[in-house]
Amino acid sequence: MTDKKIILDIRNFSVSFEQYDKGFSRTGLPVIRNLDVTIHEGEMVAVVGSSGSGKSLLAHEILGILPYNATMGGELLYDGEILTKERQKALRGNEIVLVPQSTAFLDPLMKIGPQIRKGKKDRASREKLNEIFQGYHLKEEVQNLYPFELSGGMNRRVLVSTALMGNPRLVIADEPTPGLHMDMVRRVMSHFRELADRGAGVLLITHDLEQALEVADRVVVFYAGTTVEDADVSDFGSEEMLRHPYSRALFRALPQNGFQFIKGTQPYVKELPEGCPFGPRCEQCIEACKGEIPYREVRGGRVRCICAK
Amino acid sequence: MRRINGRMMTAALLGAAVLFLFVITVAGHMYAEEALVTDFSRKDLSPGGAYIFGTDWLGRDMFIRTLTGLSMSIQIGILAACVSSVLALILGVLAATMGKTADALITWVIDLVMGIPHILLLILISYAFGKGFKGVVVGVALTHWTSLARVIRGEVLQLKEALYIRAAQKLGMSQLKIAWKHMLPHLFPQFLVGLILTFPHAILHEASITFLGFGLPPEQPAIGIILSESMKYLAMGRWWLALFPGLLLVFTVVLFDVAGESLRKLLDPGSTHK
Amino acid sequence: MKEYFVFIGKHTIRMLLLVFFVSAAAFTLVSVSPIDPLQANVGQAAMGSMSQEQIAKLQAYWGVGEPPLHRFFSWAGDFFRGDMGVSLLYRQPVSRVIGVKLVNSLWLMAIAWLLSGMIGFVLGILAGLKEGSFVDRLVKGYSLLIASTPAFWLALVLLMIFAVWLKVLPIGLSVPIGVETGAVTVMDRIRHAILPAATLSITGIANITLHTREKMIEIMESDYVLFARARGESTWSIVKNHALRNVALPAMTLQFASISEIFGGSVLVEQTFSYPGLGQAAVTAGLGSDVPLLLGITVISALFVFGGNLIANILYGVIDPRIRRGGART
Repeated sequence: MTDKKIILDIRNFSVSFEQYDKGFSRTGLPVIRNLDVTIHEGEMVAVVGSSGSGKSLLAHEILGILPYNATMGGELLYDGEILTKERQKALRGNEIVLVPQSTAFLDPLMKIGPQIRKGKKDRASREKLNEIFQGYHLKEEVQNLYPFELSGGMNRRVLVSTALMGNPRLVIADEPTPGLHMDMVRRVMSHFRELADRGAGVLLITHDLEQALEVADRVVVFYAGTTVEDADVSDFGSEEMLRHPYSRALFRALPQNGFQFIKGTQPYVKELPEGCPFGPRCEQCIEACKGEIPYREVRGGRVRCICAK
Repeated sequence: MRRINGRMMTAALLGAAVLFLFVITVAGHMYAEEALVTDFSRKDLSPGGAYIFGTDWLGRDMFIRTLTGLSMSIQIGILAACVSSVLALILGVLAATMGKTADALITWVIDLVMGIPHILLLILISYAFGKGFKGVVVGVALTHWTSLARVIRGEVLQLKEALYIRAAQKLGMSQLKIAWKHMLPHLFPQFLVGLILTFPHAILHEASITFLGFGLPPEQPAIGIILSESMKYLAMGRWWLALFPGLLLVFTVVLFDVAGESLRKLLDPGSTHK
Repeated sequence: MKEYFVFIGKHTIRMLLLVFFVSAAAFTLVSVSPIDPLQANVGQAAMGSMSQEQIAKLQAYWGVGEPPLHRFFSWAGDFFRGDMGVSLLYRQPVSRVIGVKLVNSLWLMAIAWLLSGMIGFVLGILAGLKEGSFVDRLVKGYSLLIASTPAFWLALVLLMIFAVWLKVLPIGLSVPIGVETGAVTVMDRIRHAILPAATLSITGIANITLHTREKMIEIMESDYVLFARARGESTWSIVKNHALRNVALPAMTLQFASISEIFGGSVLVEQTFSYPGLGQAAVTAGLGSDVPLLLGITVISALFVFGGNLIANILYGVIDPRIRRGGART
């Protein structure tokens, strides 16, 4: 791990939603529990999990834009201090920025330029945007287009541009390359790598391990709302280096390792097993897996598995 | 104690609405004769004591008159709302399943009905039926099916795309059987909500059209007629003739509106969190 | 640009067709009625005292004995040329009766249309901004209550309060009784229009508010508002930059669609206040079996309703860049 300053530190975090059960009773739905992620300055960390594991909520909780019926627990530290609602409000869009999945996250009726400038018309913001656009080889005319008029190639660069209007120290990229060609993916990813190399911490949220391995420094494996392993990218060089059986399963499912998928599906939040959420699909599962499972350091990484050595 | 949540609220509201309907209808029948009794020894009494809604210029008990009037309106409302909803169901399903021409035709008719202001269309239909009970029921029924028909049409179009329906088609199930076995159960909640929500509108329009003088004869004291008669006595300060019957009408409409809306919200899959 | 004109052309043709079919439907309805407008208006006694010739002339005018389709086309043809027939009750050309009444009504309806549109828009945005907040519940409660209140009863209540109890406003009619037409001042007209206009506005607000609120809630839950919030935009900035922009289009459509409702409401309100407008004329015509007048009013109001929709569609194209700049919509 690097010696650089920790920019974001999420400890034992949980999110749950109020929801109706059958009949008249209401229950809390624990969408995320036991989530641990740390990001250093200049580091790119990928949170990898299949869809439905609650990844997007992670982005929303850091920004403080979860819906009102969500309850949170655990600790969220930014730059060494607790990230309160007030700090989130002050920092989001400036120091903490989000790059969304697609242009569906842009207002369809507002032109690109004013939209990125958040409606500001002053000289400084105009010049800044022009500079950013030049950096991404976007013509100035693009600022006069509406989102529906952007071409596929422009989309990503425009979305990344939105992040640069502030002074980002933490960039959250939520599934930034859905359904894109590998060529295109590389290009988009290079934008994020660039941001990290300039000193920002980058949190890449994705379901695609292959992409993550290509650009990230560290990979956090996410399963059914829980972080099960935190490993260096180099650990994905061979199966033995990995610590959690689910990470190994992901590894075996990579194309270069033979597309081997394990049986079963990720459990729905309402039907989570006791203890380790991966238990029912795990070959090494023992009785003790049904109890409390600590997140501990193993060989330089972290893992939530009692069998890991 | 557990907090009262939306589902209990909905159940309670629906229960209250049904109970209210029942009580008013029974009371309306019980007092049908009494509502017409005139007694000049007790005319123009303001509300209070023995006559909580007061009496009118013929000494008729306004409370009883209001009850019977409301029960009359409710019966017409139910009848019209049922006819209207069934019409909406049939036309909505037809539009979505019988091909492009039928769809265009029905959409066209919907636009047509929506193009004439409701009240005006009611006047026309009532006139077509020679004014009277039939005109009111048919009129209200024919003017309230459009929005529900649209909802049902949309729902069926969506269902048609659903995988299990397509699978059933591939398996060679007949159209009718698919409609009956797979579509109707999904449409039923929408239909029910539509029916419940159509009812208050039907009552409102029934009251409006009878208020204007179309429809029921003055001897049948529907709410609209009671209110229209009260107009002549307003200037004399007999406010109770208009206030209480109207309040009760508004109460009925609000009750069903709220009950229907909360049921709709509950059945909306997006609302499980609330 | 060419696409836009095709778009407008299509909608115009559609509107004209709809008006035509509305007239056909209305004509059918009055034709199947068991009520004979001649008997009802000219009356048995009068018919008896008329010469055979006169009766024949009247019958010829009404097309008695001709096939209905023929009658319809002869009526529609005349109508198209501006001859809407003669009102049986007013004994005047229908076009003149409608002209006078429409001016009276337009006053009322225009005021109510603008007021309810503006107030409803603002209330809807305030309520929808934060679903479930105190303001939202208050506004929603008010709107639901008003939406459940028949316009004529609201009119009665306002009459009781302001005309009978407080005695600050007149009971009804558009001008004072017993005053000569020349002596009626603008103030008189305004005083007599206040209550009807207020009733119409109050009823109109409910619908506009509820719909705007729903759109607003939808917008506030949209991905682009979520992203705007993630970018640190304040609530005010979100409203200014995104919500107003996006809610304006549906609100405008809604505003033009509400013409139908205002027309319907004016029938009830005018009848209650004895306000001599188009709505009251419709009731009088319906009750008095004045078929030419009833048909005339129906067609005119349909023209207003569909015309409103057409304007909304045209404006939509002007405002929405996706249509203006040749996007996906057709």
